[in-house]
Amino acid sequence: MLSTFFTPRNLLSNLVQLLMVAAAIGGAYYLFLSTQENLAARHIETGFAFLSQEAGFPIGDSLIDYQSSDSYGYALLVGIINTLYTAILCIILATVVGVIVGVAQVSDNLLIAKIAKTYVEILRNVPVLLILLFVYGVALAGLPSVKQAVEIFPGTFLSQRGLYFPRAIPEDGFIWVAMAFLVAIGLTILMVRWAKKRQNLTGRSLPLFWLGTAILTLVPLSVFWMAGGPVSWDYPALKGFNFSGGAVFRPEFLALVIGLALYRGAFIAENVRSGIMAVSKGQNEAAAALGVPPSRIMRGVILPQALRTIIPATTNDYASLVKDSSLAIAIGYPDMVSIGGTMIGQNGQAIEVIGIWMLVYLSINLVISVLMNVANKKFQLVER
Amino acid sequence: MTIIFQPSPDQPAPPTQRGVIKWLRDHFFSSVKNTILTFLGVGIILAIIPPLLDWFVLNATFVGNADECRAAGGACWSFVQAQFRLFMIGSYPQELAWRPIAAGLLLLALFIATARQLMPGKVAVVFWLLLPLPIYWLVGGGFGLESVDTSKWGGLLLTLVLSVVGILVSVPLGILLALGRRSNIKLIKGLCIALIETVRGVPLVTILFMASIMLPLFLPSGMEIGILYRVQIGIILFSSAYIAEVVRGGLQGVESGQSEAAASLGLHPWVTMLFIILPQALTKVLPPLIGRCIALLKDTSLVIVVGLLDFLGISKAASQDPEWLGFDAEAFVFCALIYWILCFGLSRYGNSLEKRGYAAYR
Repeated sequence: MLSTFFTPRNLLSNLVQLLMVAAAIGGAYYLFLSTQENLAARHIETGFAFLSQEAGFPIGDSLIDYQSSDSYGYALLVGIINTLYTAILCIILATVVGVIVGVAQVSDNLLIAKIAKTYVEILRNVPVLLILLFVYGVALAGLPSVKQAVEIFPGTFLSQRGLYFPRAIPEDGFIWVAMAFLVAIGLTILMVRWAKKRQNLTGRSLPLFWLGTAILTLVPLSVFWMAGGPVSWDYPALKGFNFSGGAVFRPEFLALVIGLALYRGAFIAENVRSGIMAVSKGQNEAAAALGVPPSRIMRGVILPQALRTIIPATTNDYASLVKDSSLAIAIGYPDMVSIGGTMIGQNGQAIEVIGIWMLVYLSINLVISVLMNVANKKFQLVER
Repeated sequence: MTIIFQPSPDQPAPPTQRGVIKWLRDHFFSSVKNTILTFLGVGIILAIIPPLLDWFVLNATFVGNADECRAAGGACWSFVQAQFRLFMIGSYPQELAWRPIAAGLLLLALFIATARQLMPGKVAVVFWLLLPLPIYWLVGGGFGLESVDTSKWGGLLLTLVLSVVGILVSVPLGILLALGRRSNIKLIKGLCIALIETVRGVPLVTILFMASIMLPLFLPSGMEIGILYRVQIGIILFSSAYIAEVVRGGLQGVESGQSEAAASLGLHPWVTMLFIILPQALTKVLPPLIGRCIALLKDTSLVIVVGLLDFLGISKAASQDPEWLGFDAEAFVFCALIYWILCFGLSRYGNSLEKRGYAAYR
């Protein structure tokens, strides 16, 4: 061990390494000392004890019950849940936008293709924060006031205060409906497996999408009907200056989700477009020559191959989307960063809070890349 | 007597199979589905264009005060005119406005000189690397120029300073990080990987928070760095990590034969890297590097989270002016337009480089 250290070939590189380790440790120690000094001079505590102290600030939008008498740790949890919630919702919506616009970009119809292209070029070349501020400050602020709220569906109101909609309250027996839904999921999986086996044996295929939808809706619905409709609805009603009752998507939340989905959707649309264009034309022509109907060429031939290029690129976009959700702070939606920012303002424990932020974002990104790797494996070229 | 067969001239294609009609049929009415899509597209255009045209031009006010604007109901472009200086340079002193303009012209001149290849590449690289110095000197003052406090920098000026200096400093740093990631020395490699992956894993907002709140805690007492410089450091750090990954892609794309050939000629590894590997790698990744420039230009707008008034921040603040209260839409649209022109122009330039690059390799 020691002898190889001093061989002329390794000596220089090892010495450099040693020097660098020394410099790194020395630098870190110096930073540590000056940080300690600074923290003491500013009367800032260290450590994570503050997480159990009372937060003392209200949070405008929370998925779990929260009072300002709850602890900092709990407030941060509210923020983490909000971040995850918006991130998942944005990912779903951005994917829908991206797929629709992306397929529209390669449409045979020149008009639709140009409209989609224009959308992508406008949205991609503007800062995302500008889009968020515009949606929040201009588009949503331009909605009618509470008094003139628009009733989109019966019981669903859109106004400057957000989107109010009826809240479903499960009653006794609703558990059966939930269980029926689980059973329906199981049935669908079984059916898909059986259909695949049947197709391998006989070559005949089933309209899986419609069958699956039918099972997933009809089974729970019939149980719901048999149990006597065990759900009551809490409708929002205009009382005084605002709605009471029902559930609500606040404007901050709406702006964040709409803005991020539209913006990132444009990037995903580009991935979808380039993915489809990357599939060679011969695939399309060969399938058509075999008499495969156009809708099935797209679904069964083009898309599975296109997904090979789409998925890796889109993984990066999902990761960016999650990170972009931190822009909530600019429009006042209480995500993890915005709540953490309030905490830093109150007790100055920036190092700890920023550490927690980084940890959470790094873990979310890790989960995304693991999930997308699984998806990627599934669609990769199987070479024999 | 022989009869020579004379083919009669071809009949023209039937009217439905040529010219405009065929083009229309092929692209808009080739099938039932296509026809439905065409009507859908026409519907979308009719729903969007007329109201926008009304707002932008027909009902818009180009000259006049706030009350005339409100009466007209359309866009209030006189508001943008009145606040134009604010949009461009924030609260930078007006009598010194020539300095940021000079800095901008310098940037433009260098850009044009590079794009038109008016000077050798190596000279251009040196000029670009030195550019942050005159920019900060012209805008900030010192060395013979009256100094202007960084708190007065704002608007498009601040956005451009942050992003141009950010990109120019982060390219060499990113190259160093990318080389560090390929280093044989494990410690350097580990540090570089940790830095790159951590920075890429977290949002820019948290890095800006770090720069604005955490950085002062690390500094030895008595040493202070202004908020603008701290934010600039944060942006450089953020951008370097992404550029490192782009450069790494380029480095992987240079065949190993190149470095083997250089080694067999007896070139020192550093010379090989600097004059043989890096130029090829960077040429390859020029388009994605320009993509990073665009991303950074857009990302600098996040500095409003830590209280700097960049172009977007000024646009948000301009409509708070009591005289022009409530014209946020105009401010945002103007802001979006300028950003769009800059970003779209850059991306077009990137595309043309890509095409030229491919042509050169063929």
